[in-house]
Amino acid sequence: MSTRLSSAGRLLNREAAVKFNFNGKYLQGYEGDTLASALLANDQMLMGRSFKYHRPRGVVASGAEEPNGLVNLGQGARFEPNARVTTTELFEGLVAESQNHWPSLEFDIGVVNNYAARLLPAGFYYKTFIHPRAAWKHVFEPVIRKSAGLGRAPKSRDADRYEHFYAFVDVLIIGGGIAGLQAARAAGAAGVKVLLIEQTPHWGGRAPVDGAEIAGKPAGDWIRDTLKALGKMPNVQIRTRMMGAGIYDHGYALAYERLSDHAPDNDLPRHRLWRIRAGQIITTTGAIERPLSFAGNDIPGVMLASAVRDYVVNYAVSPGDRTVVVTNNDDAYRTALVLKEAGLEVPMIVDARPDGGGALAEQAKALGIRVETGTAIAKVNGGKRVTAVEICPQAGEGKSMTLVPCDAVAMSGGWSPVVHLWSHCGGKLIWDADHAHFRPDPDRPPLGADGQGFVSVAGFANGAMGFGDALRDADDAGKAAAKATGGTPKRSAAPKAVDVEMAPMAPVWKMPQGAGYKLRSKMWLDFQNDVKVSDVQLAAQEGFESVEHTKRYTTLGMATDQGKLSNINGLAVLADSLNAEIPQVGTTTFRPPYTPISMGAIGGEARGEIFQPLRRTPTHDWAEEHGVYWEPVGHWRRAYCYNHKGESVEDAVQREVRATRASLGLLDASTLGKIIVKGPDAGRFLDMIYTNMMSTLKPGRCRYGLMCTENGFLTDDGVVARLDEDTWLCHTTTGGADRIHAHMEEWLQTEWWDWKVYTANLTEQYAQFAVVGPNARKLLEKLGGMDVSKEALPFMAWADGKIGGFDTRVFRISFSGELSYEIAVPASQGRAFWDTLLDAGEEWDITPYGTEALHVMRAEKGFIMIGDETDGTVIPQDLGLDWALSKKKDDYLGKRAQERSHMADPERWKLVGLETLDGSVLPDGAYAVVEGDNENGQRKTEGRVTSTYHSPTLNHGIAMGLVLHGPDRMGAVLDFPKVDGTIVKAKIVSPVFYDPDGEKQNV
Amino acid sequence: MSDAISALDGARSEGSAVVEELGLRGMITLRGDLSSKTVAAAVKNLTGLNLPQQRMCNSRAAYGVAWMSPDELLVMIPYGEAEAATAKIAGALAKEHALVVNVSDARAVFAIRGAGAREVLAKLAPVDLSKERFEPGQFRRTRLAQVPAAFWLRDPDRFELICFRSVAQYVFDLLKTSAAPGAEVGFL
Repeated sequence: MSTRLSSAGRLLNREAAVKFNFNGKYLQGYEGDTLASALLANDQMLMGRSFKYHRPRGVVASGAEEPNGLVNLGQGARFEPNARVTTTELFEGLVAESQNHWPSLEFDIGVVNNYAARLLPAGFYYKTFIHPRAAWKHVFEPVIRKSAGLGRAPKSRDADRYEHFYAFVDVLIIGGGIAGLQAARAAGAAGVKVLLIEQTPHWGGRAPVDGAEIAGKPAGDWIRDTLKALGKMPNVQIRTRMMGAGIYDHGYALAYERLSDHAPDNDLPRHRLWRIRAGQIITTTGAIERPLSFAGNDIPGVMLASAVRDYVVNYAVSPGDRTVVVTNNDDAYRTALVLKEAGLEVPMIVDARPDGGGALAEQAKALGIRVETGTAIAKVNGGKRVTAVEICPQAGEGKSMTLVPCDAVAMSGGWSPVVHLWSHCGGKLIWDADHAHFRPDPDRPPLGADGQGFVSVAGFANGAMGFGDALRDADDAGKAAAKATGGTPKRSAAPKAVDVEMAPMAPVWKMPQGAGYKLRSKMWLDFQNDVKVSDVQLAAQEGFESVEHTKRYTTLGMATDQGKLSNINGLAVLADSLNAEIPQVGTTTFRPPYTPISMGAIGGEARGEIFQPLRRTPTHDWAEEHGVYWEPVGHWRRAYCYNHKGESVEDAVQREVRATRASLGLLDASTLGKIIVKGPDAGRFLDMIYTNMMSTLKPGRCRYGLMCTENGFLTDDGVVARLDEDTWLCHTTTGGADRIHAHMEEWLQTEWWDWKVYTANLTEQYAQFAVVGPNARKLLEKLGGMDVSKEALPFMAWADGKIGGFDTRVFRISFSGELSYEIAVPASQGRAFWDTLLDAGEEWDITPYGTEALHVMRAEKGFIMIGDETDGTVIPQDLGLDWALSKKKDDYLGKRAQERSHMADPERWKLVGLETLDGSVLPDGAYAVVEGDNENGQRKTEGRVTSTYHSPTLNHGIAMGLVLHGPDRMGAVLDFPKVDGTIVKAKIVSPVFYDPDGEKQNV
Repeated sequence: MSDAISALDGARSEGSAVVEELGLRGMITLRGDLSSKTVAAAVKNLTGLNLPQQRMCNSRAAYGVAWMSPDELLVMIPYGEAEAATAKIAGALAKEHALVVNVSDARAVFAIRGAGAREVLAKLAPVDLSKERFEPGQFRRTRLAQVPAAFWLRDPDRFELICFRSVAQYVFDLLKTSAAPGAEVGFL
């Protein structure tokens, strides 16, 4: 059994007991425990079930690389699936439950998949469930979904808050082991700004556990002294619980700081995503130990050798009383020594190398540990827990020679540098045959804008295999990075460290060498996704030669741990199967983030009220107080209508239209774009931007204009007013304001850079209200201040003046077909002016109306709407707007495009009005159908609805649509099928349903 | 004029920094040739300030001139003077190719002050706000989370910030959230 030892535990506070709950049971750990160490201390070796076969799984590692120990963590609004037990710090009241089992962790029905494993090889799903097609969706997928998968998705809204932080440093150092500390010290001493980050809560990495001696003192003392020295450097900042998540172009890095995961329920943000710009980045991310591939290497109790000694030294936890060590290198002997020192038994060290190890092996032998060289584990016995290992020669086929009873196995297949961050932005790797690992190629780093490398690697992450080498390497890297960012490195030597002499490791990718199929199909490569040696071999046989293809076919390395333990072993097996060298096979692509980061951190502050910016007009609060039904238009909120108490949205719209047409309506049109264009070349410029002539517009007058893209398609429309000799004011659609301003600036800055034109976007400077209806003039005359008569201010004119004491600019324009004034006042006076209009308009029953009434009224008049009648494929000619295409101009944006054969094609659908025979409202977007199918087997069509409303004025459904030869087919009746299968018949009519002669607006 | 109110009517919040809407301020956008002596003279006449260098804002009492782009300045004056001042500058530049417009009502102005002010902004804007890199007088057009904004260091511990009027509430809420107690970073 796994249990707590009587020793102190380097990271534990034995004074502070911590209670927590696992699968409904209350357990106890200590402050400083991880959830993994606390579970082990309570003999909870079984922590979950595997993804595909539901095999029992225990923790295999002690850090970020852990594939098995994943739990549902927390409850309710603080629930999170797939939390790694090895990186979850224990806190009082922690609640966790294991995943992917039913009905319980101890007894799981899905484990039948395990006994059927022979029937579930790599690519099983692709091969088995492809026919019949429909069965996948309705039969296979739901069943497979139920049996596969890991944690549950959270159901409640997240209780925590998150944030971003932008930081700028000269040198960013990722990884706070001894190499990171030394690099920070060297760079800091050179005077540059340094940020050193470490993903765990502790500094120093593995060195204290592995017994390093640095500068004549134990590693722990050296770490403490170095931290003290760094603390005295004002230019150096250090932070723990902060992981380097990704490195991107131009020295950009993301770091993930976990502020309150270890102490929930306080006021801190939970996570902070750091967005860092660094001159140079050093990754001192250490190395990860590799598992060995032997049959049953996934049974709970089989762990990495380094993890076993981490649990003993750091957390005073014994994974078992009797631990067999199996290795292909000297480092794992440290585990045997640590176990022995803790008073635990090591029945045997199984060393695959015929010649065995060096100095550490001698120490082990001196302690009386039995060391067998040239041997292998043929097979691990046990189900939910290791009971024994069977030993055989490494060179053979796995015939068992000896049975060694034990309750844990510590395995080491060598060490792989953590090259992820180096690789994110294009750093290349080389294969180091001596240590059987990939390490960064210093000659091919990620390159910055200047063609120079901006990432360097130091220490064990760079392939160093001893403490002394790692410190020298880190010192060099720190100095070089400081120099590259303008610092002056000190002439000081790196601290010296004592390293034991190590015998060479031997690559071992299968154990034993000649294992048959039966053993190979129980050798796990990827523990989380259940990928075995036999699966990768099968993929190779079936022609998946590329490592990227093999990955996707077998799912090797595609789990939440992204193959931190499995990648190298998997590609070595693939290389062997293909009879190729490992470097020829290569690695899969390393992509950020290094370990998963929370969605909350990515979103940062953007949630709740500040999820998105919400643009408010000056009448926003008034609308809120008067029953508004909002319509989002871009980031704006516009009133769709204002509901009276108990009134439906539909009824409100009808009422607003009727009241406006009968007497007086009021619209907040403040969101319409208002762009000033000024300069000696402004007229010439606007003649290019608009399809019609704007240079000939007289000061004091307005003109409706169309804008097209250079491809000829309609992009925006609006009324242009000429303010003076060289100044125009261009109104755009609400959604078009920013886009059209940018469009104008782009043409001015890139194409017509020598034209003297300035623009300014004044959209928000003014509140603009439309006073609409037969009594509009009476209202303005009542308020008084300027002459708004037909003679002084005719249709399509504008004037500056006072109304009711306000400074205004009044435009005589109409989008409703009624007598209408659009009046602009400074935005800060908008609310006051709105209130004034409402008060004074009371005698005419003034009715504020929203965007839907605006739409209905413009449709009754046959006015087009950008975004309804246009969709990016419509040209002015389609809409019968030929009158707005100037024939006098040599050019305008879109002119040439409109002359292309497809644009000039008479078969293009054209705008008409549609009137239903039964008076009903056509469905929006409905198509008019004709007999027969097209070449794709779809029903042939001859037109579609672009806008459709119930007209309260005419009391029947009206619509606009684009129809084949439409304007030539007045009176023809078209068939529009509805989704319920019935057909609505509609007659082609003029799009102008109301007041075709314009008598109402021109009074 | 007495009816004019700013977007948030002086909203205020206290956290790791004090965030305050400053009410109405006169603002004039001036686009023109910034090397022109006439432009410099017109601005100086009105504000008593020289033209700012790139990414700087010169301030004096209620007056300021900020560098917006290679051909654009933002002139700040008391709100009540904005209309007349716009006409005055436009008149002085009548013979030059220039655009002078009153934008006082298009914006909201905030102050962010106190020890935490730099970090409050650094959570929202991709700008190096360290003491050695962002000094008094410096001005930056940037974005604040999802909207455009500009800010400058008016005094050693006081930033002023402008954004569009329609998003004043969003910006205030952002700054308030960013300044919520307990989330001090301790980096700047």
